[in-house]
Amino acid sequence: MNIPISPEQASSFAFSVDLYFYMLVVLCSVLTIGIFMTMIFLAIKFRKIEGEDRPSVPLENMALEITWTVIPFVILLGLFFWSTYIYGYYLKGAPEESLQIDVIGKQWMWKVQHPNGKREVNDLHVPVNVPIKISMTSQDVLHDYFIPAFRVKQDVVPGRVTELWFEPTKKGQYHIFCAEYCGTEHSYMNGTVTVLSHEDYERWLSGALPSSGANGGVVMTGEKLFTSKGCVTCHSGLKGAQGPSLTGIFGTEGMTTEGESFMRDEDYIRESILQPQVLIVDGFTPLMQSFEGQLSAEEVNLLVDYVKNK
Amino acid sequence: MSVVTTDEVSTSAHQEDAQVNYWNVNYSIKSWLLTKDHKRIGMMYLASIMVFFMVGGLFAMLFRMELATAEGEMFDADMYNKFFTLHGVIMIFFFLIPSIPATLGNFFLPIMLGAKDLAFPKINLLSYYIYMAAGITALLALGTGGVDTGWTFYAPLSTQYANSQVFLTALAGFLAGFSSILTGLNFIATIHKMRAPGLTWFRLPLFVWAHYATGLIMMLGTPVIAITLFLVLFERATGIGIFDPAMGGDPVLFQHMFWYYSHPAVYIMILPGFGVISEVIGCFSRNRVFGYEFIAFSSLAIAILGFFVWGHHMYLSGQSFFTGVIFSFLTMMVAVPSAIKVFNWTATLWGGNVSFESPMIWAFGFMGLFLVGGLTGIFLASMGADVHLHDTYFVVAHFHYVMVGGMVMAFFCGVHFWWPKMTGKMYPEWCGKLSALLVFAGFNATFFPQFILGWVGMPRRYHSYPEEWEALNILSTAGAMLLGSAFTFTIVYLVWSMFWGKDAKFNTWGARGLEWEKCATPPDPHNFHGVPVVTEEAYAYTGKESVDV
Repeated sequence: MNIPISPEQASSFAFSVDLYFYMLVVLCSVLTIGIFMTMIFLAIKFRKIEGEDRPSVPLENMALEITWTVIPFVILLGLFFWSTYIYGYYLKGAPEESLQIDVIGKQWMWKVQHPNGKREVNDLHVPVNVPIKISMTSQDVLHDYFIPAFRVKQDVVPGRVTELWFEPTKKGQYHIFCAEYCGTEHSYMNGTVTVLSHEDYERWLSGALPSSGANGGVVMTGEKLFTSKGCVTCHSGLKGAQGPSLTGIFGTEGMTTEGESFMRDEDYIRESILQPQVLIVDGFTPLMQSFEGQLSAEEVNLLVDYVKNK
Repeated sequence: MSVVTTDEVSTSAHQEDAQVNYWNVNYSIKSWLLTKDHKRIGMMYLASIMVFFMVGGLFAMLFRMELATAEGEMFDADMYNKFFTLHGVIMIFFFLIPSIPATLGNFFLPIMLGAKDLAFPKINLLSYYIYMAAGITALLALGTGGVDTGWTFYAPLSTQYANSQVFLTALAGFLAGFSSILTGLNFIATIHKMRAPGLTWFRLPLFVWAHYATGLIMMLGTPVIAITLFLVLFERATGIGIFDPAMGGDPVLFQHMFWYYSHPAVYIMILPGFGVISEVIGCFSRNRVFGYEFIAFSSLAIAILGFFVWGHHMYLSGQSFFTGVIFSFLTMMVAVPSAIKVFNWTATLWGGNVSFESPMIWAFGFMGLFLVGGLTGIFLASMGADVHLHDTYFVVAHFHYVMVGGMVMAFFCGVHFWWPKMTGKMYPEWCGKLSALLVFAGFNATFFPQFILGWVGMPRRYHSYPEEWEALNILSTAGAMLLGSAFTFTIVYLVWSMFWGKDAKFNTWGARGLEWEKCATPPDPHNFHGVPVVTEEAYAYTGKESVDV
């Protein structure tokens, strides 16, 4: 059984955070064990013994009292300066030459846009060893963009733009989580950040690499795409969901908001993914974004098959 | 205390008579429901908060079971979100905040002061009924679908997007606040005005100092949460944008207002616990508490400083770096008075005659767990570490270590200590010791893995999570099962003892203090015969006191 006890270090910022963290773990362990052991030791040394007639003689020592007021104060002050310095360094802002990527958080997905206009949902592709600045805002409630491997996190706030930045130092794939409770599907508002070499990033930007952020080698299924692309967040089938349920709908008739009836066949499903504004199901609003350019033809096929058999 | 004539703590001749006490003076329901006796009110509160503790605990058991598997299989996300919200709301507003003050505080504050009752007995009863009205409102919210905003009600989720019972739950919190304010008011007035002759400020038991500091926070802080909850409901009802930016409001304003109370609230929770620990460690060391004045003033320091640190919940909220720096500094500083207390309690053991009856085991359990909890607060106060740890399970582990490992252990410590005095019955000592050890073990098994989970990146309030974290979650859930069983065991034998336990002796623990030496077991309806006169310092232990279980 794999029991992870430390997160991967994949950004230039991670080491300084980890150093502080582990140092503090050592300090707190020493203090906890030291004080607790002292208590046990004193309780045994001065235990009441039946028959022995020793009067209690309390300690009187102002010097001791002052000492253990001043020493914690000094230690805490030191920790304050060190940790503030770490944060200040991180916060003084992304370097001038940073690659800027825009992120919008909404219930319950991340919409990401790269400088050349290329978009992705939930996932994030970045080049290694380049400072990246993420500018974020929310379309609805508070969210939070969290990449544990980079040791970065920042609330995503409606009505304003917040930023975080990092410089990835290790190629690979790492989790992205929403870290501010945002409603029903909060736990599913996740993605994968893929750190690529510069060449691979350029190839990805131009569309040469598949847009899916899934682990290489794992067979991509329609079901997995339905979750990883964020479809499930609106088409969850739950009461009050923003999109219609897609369970068992294939082959049935539907009604649009204009009063027209339509058949839910393969063409309809395909059109709903690529041009969702054309037919809006009665009772819903035109909220869905188009996935044109964000899914490969193969991925669209997988999704259509998935909905057909749902 | 002037009654003591020998080195032994006095026994009372009363014990042999069929004595009238606050239980048997009148058995009618009306005499309980309309009582003005602080002792009866304390016991009614005890029963009520124990019920809420079990309801809140049940939710925890349910979602801990869900978390044993990485996929969200047991129930849907919506239900899970409601469970963790209700767990937080019930445990904080209906268990932790009233806990010691409303039960042990209500019961013993007047007695420790040598008074017949609190300054305002009818307000005390009112406080209880407001609490019950609030509690019923919360249960109503629970029964009509529950609420899924998280106990923190962050806007605009709570004001615009949540479809659940926000109104009823916020109303319940609003009402519960008034119960708290009135309790604080009563305590402050009583401590100022109703001390017995000879009972100067620096002869007060530290339990009293703790409740004084707590009362200050209750009165000054609670109105802000009331206003904040009111504004949430106002925005929901009228659509006037206070917090929702889509209507011109500011979501970060909500957080400032919310945490302005909710941080001092944690000191409302822990300070009374500190008071209990001072009493218990003093008693079972048979020694003066070391650094009495420092402990007394540290309670006040925590109460005051505690109002200036709320922004440490908001480093990543959009708050400015400069603001965060100030809050981080002040948060580090508020750790100093707590450190002083821990060292002073340790030093109290020096030169004493230490014994390990069950309250002392609970007290040691408190010390171990509070040490971890308090120290891990430093990680979160540190801005550089908080970037990574904020809103992860590290935070969950930290606050459970201080609130459950600290506060709940201190609560049960006090309950075990004063149980014979309050009820006139004694639980089996072996039960008291065993449950302390089981709670300690179960607690660590539940929450220690969560520090690791937070460090490796598991966010809070997650219904399902990446598979690689399943092993640690299974361990945590197993611990929760043990912890839940241990708490249930504790409540069962305590209730059992009320009906079938041995009669308690006059002074079970050989403790000093007005409640132990001058007050019958259980107390007379008016606490004392005549007005006691105090001539000694607190904790006048000699080492010759003995236990009379």
